[in-house]
Amino acid sequence: MNIPIEYYIWLSTVLFSIGVLGVLYRRNAIIIFACIELMLNAVNLLMVAFSAKLNDSNGQVFVFFIMAVAAAEVAVGLAILVMMYRKTKSVDIDILNRLRG
Amino acid sequence: MLTALLIFLPMIFSLLVLGLKPTLAKFLAFFGSLAVLLISLIIVFKFDKTQGNQFTVDWTWIASLGINFSVGIDGISMLLVLLTTVLMPGIILSTMNDDSKPSSYYSLMLLMQSALIGVFVARDGFLFYLFWEVALIPVYFLCLVWGGENRGRITLKFFIYTLTGSLFMLVALIYLYFHTPSHTFAIDALYDAGRSLDATQQAFVFVGLFLAFAIKMPVFPFHTWQPDTYTVAPVQGTMLLSGIMLKMGIYGVIRWLIPVVPLAVKEWGMVAIVLSVIGVVYGSCIAIVQKDFKRLIAYSSIAHVGLISAGLLTLSVVGMQGAMIQMLSHGVIVFGLFYIVEIVSARVKTRELSQMGGIRNVAPLLTTTFAVIMLGSVALPLTSGFVGEFLLINSLVQYKLWMGAVAGLTIILGAVYMLKTFQKSMSGETNAVTSTLSDLNYHERLVLYPVVVLVILIGVYPAPLLDISEVAVRNLLSLYPDLSASLK
Amino acid sequence: MSTGAMICLIPLLPLFGFVLISLTGKRLVKGFAALIACASVLVAFAFAVALFVKLLKGSGPLTATMFQWISAGNFSASISFLVDPLSSLMLLVITGVGFLIHVYSIGYMHDDEAFNRFMSYLNLFVFFMLLLVMGSNYLVMFVGWEGVGLCSYLLIGFWFKNQDYNDAANKAFIMNRIGDLGLLVGMILIFITFGSLNYADVLPKAEAIGTPVLTLITILLFIGAMGKSAQIPLYTWLPDAMAGPTPVSALIHAATMVTAGVYMVARNNILYTLSPIAMQLVLVIGLATALFAATIALAQNDIKKVLAYSTVSQLGLMFVALGVGAYASGIFHMVTHAFFKALLFLGAGSVIHAMHHEQDIRKMGGLRKYIPLTYFTFLVGVLAIAGIPPFAGFFSKDEILANAFRQNPVAWGIAVLASLLTAFYMFRLLFLTFFGKTRASEDTIHHIHESPKSMTIPLIFLAILSLGGGFMGVPELLGGGNWISGFLSPVFARSTELHVEHHLSHTTEFALMGIIVVFTLVMIGLAYRRYVAKAHVPAAEGAPLTPAHKTIYNKYYVDEIYDAVIVKPLYWISKLFDIVIERSGIDRLVNLIGDSLNDWSGIFRRIQNGHLGYYIFVMVLGVILIVAFSYTR
Repeated sequence: MNIPIEYYIWLSTVLFSIGVLGVLYRRNAIIIFACIELMLNAVNLLMVAFSAKLNDSNGQVFVFFIMAVAAAEVAVGLAILVMMYRKTKSVDIDILNRLRG
Repeated sequence: MLTALLIFLPMIFSLLVLGLKPTLAKFLAFFGSLAVLLISLIIVFKFDKTQGNQFTVDWTWIASLGINFSVGIDGISMLLVLLTTVLMPGIILSTMNDDSKPSSYYSLMLLMQSALIGVFVARDGFLFYLFWEVALIPVYFLCLVWGGENRGRITLKFFIYTLTGSLFMLVALIYLYFHTPSHTFAIDALYDAGRSLDATQQAFVFVGLFLAFAIKMPVFPFHTWQPDTYTVAPVQGTMLLSGIMLKMGIYGVIRWLIPVVPLAVKEWGMVAIVLSVIGVVYGSCIAIVQKDFKRLIAYSSIAHVGLISAGLLTLSVVGMQGAMIQMLSHGVIVFGLFYIVEIVSARVKTRELSQMGGIRNVAPLLTTTFAVIMLGSVALPLTSGFVGEFLLINSLVQYKLWMGAVAGLTIILGAVYMLKTFQKSMSGETNAVTSTLSDLNYHERLVLYPVVVLVILIGVYPAPLLDISEVAVRNLLSLYPDLSASLK
Repeated sequence: MSTGAMICLIPLLPLFGFVLISLTGKRLVKGFAALIACASVLVAFAFAVALFVKLLKGSGPLTATMFQWISAGNFSASISFLVDPLSSLMLLVITGVGFLIHVYSIGYMHDDEAFNRFMSYLNLFVFFMLLLVMGSNYLVMFVGWEGVGLCSYLLIGFWFKNQDYNDAANKAFIMNRIGDLGLLVGMILIFITFGSLNYADVLPKAEAIGTPVLTLITILLFIGAMGKSAQIPLYTWLPDAMAGPTPVSALIHAATMVTAGVYMVARNNILYTLSPIAMQLVLVIGLATALFAATIALAQNDIKKVLAYSTVSQLGLMFVALGVGAYASGIFHMVTHAFFKALLFLGAGSVIHAMHHEQDIRKMGGLRKYIPLTYFTFLVGVLAIAGIPPFAGFFSKDEILANAFRQNPVAWGIAVLASLLTAFYMFRLLFLTFFGKTRASEDTIHHIHESPKSMTIPLIFLAILSLGGGFMGVPELLGGGNWISGFLSPVFARSTELHVEHHLSHTTEFALMGIIVVFTLVMIGLAYRRYVAKAHVPAAEGAPLTPAHKTIYNKYYVDEIYDAVIVKPLYWISKLFDIVIERSGIDRLVNLIGDSLNDWSGIFRRIQNGHLGYYIFVMVLGVILIVAFSYTR
């Protein structure tokens, strides 16, 4: 009952790529957030897998950190999204171009 | 310890006055500047003229980068510290007729003083740079917030121009820093690092440092920020800029250029001298055709500073001592002149010389004070201006006869524009505006009389001041052995 | 009192006077101010006499040092004084004539509201003038040199409400400054060459220095003398300086300050003797000035302008003496000139006072009857300047001419011509002012009165000096001992040794003297015929003149030429600097750098288009590139 590490790597890569493509392709802010989460968790998965494989607990500790940070990020991000929705009645990121130089 | 107090006391007062009522802030600031003056007088009193650097303070600051809070006073620093601490009460006192300025105005002035003293006593490259830049900030705000017409554009130009120069200096300092064996900003280590460089490397360091100093002074052709800024700044800002801040550039040349890159100074000093001498004639000529009183004085300042930097770079004791005494004299005189500009223009409601005239009929005290300070400015013997200009022209003639003669044109051209100014503003019949002009009031006399006394006192008996810096100047120039042969 | 204290007090007393009067300002009663001013100069005069007696008794040069003034590196100079025969003589003239003029001013300036200011300036002037002649080094001399220039400026522009007067004051100061620059650079060259500025260190060593250096030094010093002593080309300020009150013209612009150049050259006589080219220059400039100014004086109608040009001309004559190496005669003439020219100016002042500030001689005439005392003293002055024996001018002028003849007959010819012209225009002045029918208006005639005692007494004293002053230098030829030349000989000893003298036979000298006196009398006769017998009056303003007359009347248009050649171009250059180079050159370039940064930013800002998707895309692209790049390595 030993799943080879390559499987994890491939799964993470696929998940990560989906995340990246989602971020690049979609315009809906919530979906983009979800995709970012997907990327983060792809990395988390890889970390846990390697941690088990190398028998080093550091990787798992890092995963906790990342989860904590991700949670905080989502909290802030969603708050911003709510504010943005109140202002623009939309969550389309294309209208957020006020930072144009 | 006293040295550190000199730096921090104005800073403390600068925080204390914040938020007070304007009149209270003014008095507290004045009191603070007097306290600093007192400390500096104690230092002068205890100063040992036969020694170099003294009153040192050496605190570790950022050990990992080799940065220390190390300050000390030698003869050269002493005179400039004295200039700063003597002028500062006068500058604050000159606001006595004007209650419109909030407490932050005084706070900024005191902060400025702190930074200026810091520049003059710093013996650590990083510390020097830090104070150098800190000095820019208060005066920028003074000009930006309380300046005259078109101040936004002009102060921005001033700020960016001088900042650009400073960045060149920073690069040069860091370059030197990396050539010190133990990576430190201590002044002696930087000196050794600079001198160990070959001629080409020194030339690069020279260019970096000289640009910063030349812009600050300013030397022709890096001067175009100066007339506009002087004209637009509130009078206290102008006094700070012209009376003290431009001496930072000259001091920089003395402390951070000449001892650091001797080879390059010898090779490229000629170019700098030529530029300075051009500035002397150029500034004087432009002053002749100015119609704005304040702007005229600004251009005359370019001419005087050009002479100082030219004499300085001849690398002779005579020239450098002349530069020291002329710095003091110029500081005092230009302070007085700008104050008189302010007094006159506040009453006549214009700075146009053509609108004035006949003031002598109604304000004899003002006229007499102006006359004495003007004579100092045109370097009449027995006024402070003469001692410096004589020594400077002397050093230039020793350097190159024709150069001394060209620089000497300042005594003719200076008379041309100053006498013309005096005639247009003071002499003649009164007009509708000047006929009701009032003479100096109590506070104005309190500021201007000491200036008059100083102008004459330094001119008649400059020996004590010259003695203070003599040893430091000799030490500095002992670096240039082929020249020091002629020192005896 | 010790000698040192006495020496120091001589200049300090007038300085105290100045400080006291100027600090108290108008609060001081006029009489009191006058008392302080006169007393300080009188006491200084007494000290000067005491020192003079000491020197006469055979004492060597007296010195006194006050304090170390400037010292830096190898340079040092102190405020110190030297009283030797030359400076002692100058002291007597300055304090003596100065005192008389102070007294005269009490009467002349009595009604002026700024009387105290006037007296304080006079005292300040005496202080600086004393520094000039008493300094034992070049730097102290320079202090006095510039200081008297300042006082001259202050006093020319004394009536400051009139901007023309202020212009004249500025012109005087600036022209003097041109000369001062020459003097300053020359002084520094002396320091470089000799390593000191003390006369005692410099003058004895002069022979060890090469002629080219000395020539350069002496010419530079002479430029200073040109400015101060109003020689070509820097003389135009002096006639304009007549804008000042008349006592000032007498004291500063005739008797003392303008002779500073003569003093300075005489002081440095050894340097000049050793550089023949500089001597030649002094001679040529002196001759040119003497003749040139004399011709201008022929056609002037302002009583003070005539005297001013005559001063310029006489100064030229003194430089002729110096230029031929007859230093003692130059100084002698300077002393007698101080007497009679001060007398003439004060006399003119008395006339102007009587005529209620009328200075135009065309509106005078016949004043002999109204102000006889002024007339007599003026006549003495005119006789003295014309060189009629036994008046002072005769002896001193004759000595110069004799020396010039020895050296160079052409120079003699020109100098004689100048002095003959002098006789003519001075008598023209005298005749037009005091002789014939009066041309003043009835109202003015009615008010003409002799001046008060305070004015006439100095006139009498000066008249006595002008009459008898020449006897201190009666040449051996006429049975005199030429005392002054003997007295001054220590100062000029070395120069005299170096100077090759061609001795003239007594017959030649007598003949020369006779010729000059006869021609002078002829000139006076001509002037009498034209202005008294024929009662000719110069043409009124605006009347047509012959071209030559017009040129002279307009002073050869020198002022206009200077204006066109120097003043205007200076303004043009300054304007050029200001507008072309400063504003559209350097500053434009600086602003251009700033603007170009703006332009570049304009290009780069397009990248920041604000679309989040675009940013993320670029970021991912970047990551991919980094990964790809690190794999390919």
